[in-house]
Amino acid sequence: MDALLFDYVLRLGDTDLVLAQRLGEWVGKGPVLEEDIALTNVGLDLLGQARLWLGYAGEVEARFAGTGRSEDELAYLRDGGAYRNVLLAEQPNGDYAATTARQFYFDQAHALLLRELARSRDERVAAIAAKAQKEVAYHVDRSADWVVRLGDGTEESHARMQRALDDLWTYTGELFAGDAVDAKLAEAGIAPDPSTLRDEWRANVGAVIAEATLTFPTAEWMQGGRGRGGKQGVHTEHLGHLLAEMQFLQRGYPGAQW
Amino acid sequence: MSPALDDEWPLWEIFIRSQHGLAHKHVGSLHAADAAMAIQNARDVYTRRNEGVSIWAVRSADVHASAPGDREPLFEPANDKVYRHPTFFPMPDDVKHI
Amino acid sequence: MYAQMVDTGLRKVQDAADMTPEERDFQAGIDADYKVEPKDWMPEAYRRTLIRQIQQHAHSEIVGMLPEGNWIGRAPTLKRKAILMAKVQDEGGHGLYLYAAAETLGVTRDQLIADLHAGKVKYSSIFNYPTLTWADIGAIGWLVDGAAIMNQIPLCRCSYGPYARAMIRICKEESFHQRQGFDLLMTLCNGTAEQKAMAQDALDRWWWPSLMMFGPPDAESVHSAQSSRWKIKLLSNDELRQRFVDQTVPQADFLGLKVPDPDLRWNEASGHYDFGAIDWAEFHAVLKGNGPCNKERMRTRVDAWENGRWVREAAVAHARKRAARTARQAA
Repeated sequence: MDALLFDYVLRLGDTDLVLAQRLGEWVGKGPVLEEDIALTNVGLDLLGQARLWLGYAGEVEARFAGTGRSEDELAYLRDGGAYRNVLLAEQPNGDYAATTARQFYFDQAHALLLRELARSRDERVAAIAAKAQKEVAYHVDRSADWVVRLGDGTEESHARMQRALDDLWTYTGELFAGDAVDAKLAEAGIAPDPSTLRDEWRANVGAVIAEATLTFPTAEWMQGGRGRGGKQGVHTEHLGHLLAEMQFLQRGYPGAQW
Repeated sequence: MSPALDDEWPLWEIFIRSQHGLAHKHVGSLHAADAAMAIQNARDVYTRRNEGVSIWAVRSADVHASAPGDREPLFEPANDKVYRHPTFFPMPDDVKHI
Repeated sequence: MYAQMVDTGLRKVQDAADMTPEERDFQAGIDADYKVEPKDWMPEAYRRTLIRQIQQHAHSEIVGMLPEGNWIGRAPTLKRKAILMAKVQDEGGHGLYLYAAAETLGVTRDQLIADLHAGKVKYSSIFNYPTLTWADIGAIGWLVDGAAIMNQIPLCRCSYGPYARAMIRICKEESFHQRQGFDLLMTLCNGTAEQKAMAQDALDRWWWPSLMMFGPPDAESVHSAQSSRWKIKLLSNDELRQRFVDQTVPQADFLGLKVPDPDLRWNEASGHYDFGAIDWAEFHAVLKGNGPCNKERMRTRVDAWENGRWVREAAVAHARKRAARTARQAA
């Protein structure tokens, strides 16, 4: 069970970390100063959550492997195949609509997931999730507001927002695709079966999209299904570049303290 | 050279009641396109999202001021600043001026 | 400093004979430590000088986010990444407070940004240098923020109320900035030989530009005297520069790093460090736009602003639509 829990917690931590890394790329380059500051805050929140999840993952690892890695060892010394983030998180920032769409899809799912995890039989999972919930409630409001502003703004923003929603739609399926790890943890009352959250997510997302005068994406095919998604370590080409940049110093100066 | 006005966001004055205070205090201003954004951004800029804080946002254009002679302070320094990451590094005693 | 060589628009320091009765009253208030507030009468030169000075300071904070932001993605630990993100975010916030202070003087932030992008106003020379290694991030915190703090604390007492109050808020947030830089360098200096060399290399490249931050020598600073009279510049360039050297050299000694100045020596008689000649040609070249990163910094800022135009327009359009809907519902 611990090995499975370790894998699951990595999925949570890696997803938050990769998304935080992406948001960090906007620093100093946002469309307006207030947004720069706000987006960095979201990034800082997710980075903080990532550190909690990765810290716990290391402890769980020690339980079954004899020794557990630190948050930094996990973040900086695993190659892409060992990373367990969802594909959505590693997609590039693109324009502000693409970043907003990615955040919107993720925040809506994240809030539902944390709501369930806050009731986990694993005390630590429940505690971390409860703490994250407050921050994520704010993220949900922010990203939904921006989808509406951009969707129901100008013709240009409407077009960009629609394209972003359409382009990223194919990565949303993975958020609700359960595998053997999910099944076992659901059985143990530690984590929900993610497929149980899909309908609620679709309804919430649909309501915002409608308010934004946008069209709900209709494409059916979802990436990362059939056991070959980010959660199982099968990523898009983007992750390699992201990790190469992120990990360079630790890899380039092995064993050094920073 | 004046920028196109269609992308200029109005200025808002922000007033905050901290957890321990009783009255809202003016903490500064920011630009926002609408009231919801003004309040959200105020939380990010002026409170680093401290829970339980009450925020008022008023368009600067709607603030009416008295004549300079009998002025009241419009801007007041914020009394506390909530650090998201309180990174107070213990500095070695030998190192001065830091 | 962040605001270097601020042009007052006056050819010489005004004395009583040059002033109108209103200007004399105004100066008497300044002399009595009266705080000027936005709706007070003020000489046009005072207003314009303040707009220039505050604006340069604000632009510096914003442009300054770029050299440091350059290393957020490559921060070598998650903790350092979080600290750096928070620091850079603070700097954005400082820019925001300063723009807000400038806006009390009758300009809009968008106008100030337009002036920056058109090359009409400057930002601090220091941000035109590249951050080549992780140690540079430490050097910036230690030296650049250290220099900024030295200037900012006295500015908390400047004559213009909104500017002084912005400085108070900024100073409260600033102390962690310098400390995180010094702590970063301490870790490197206590680390491997390569890390220590990295720290020394950063000091070698950032020392002289940091000294240049304080602006030209007093003898060449034509505008400083008037700004001092108005109490919007409280200490002279040379005075601040000397304080900075005196304070920082022992810190370098503590780190085990060598300041790249063969003429640096303690002067027992004066109680200060003597230091070598600054290459003012470099300073002026950088201010003219020929520093290592000037073009790139401005390109990045202009692109961010221009590429973000559709976002800002969308937000305005949306707000108008909602207001119209609300008005229709009320009718």
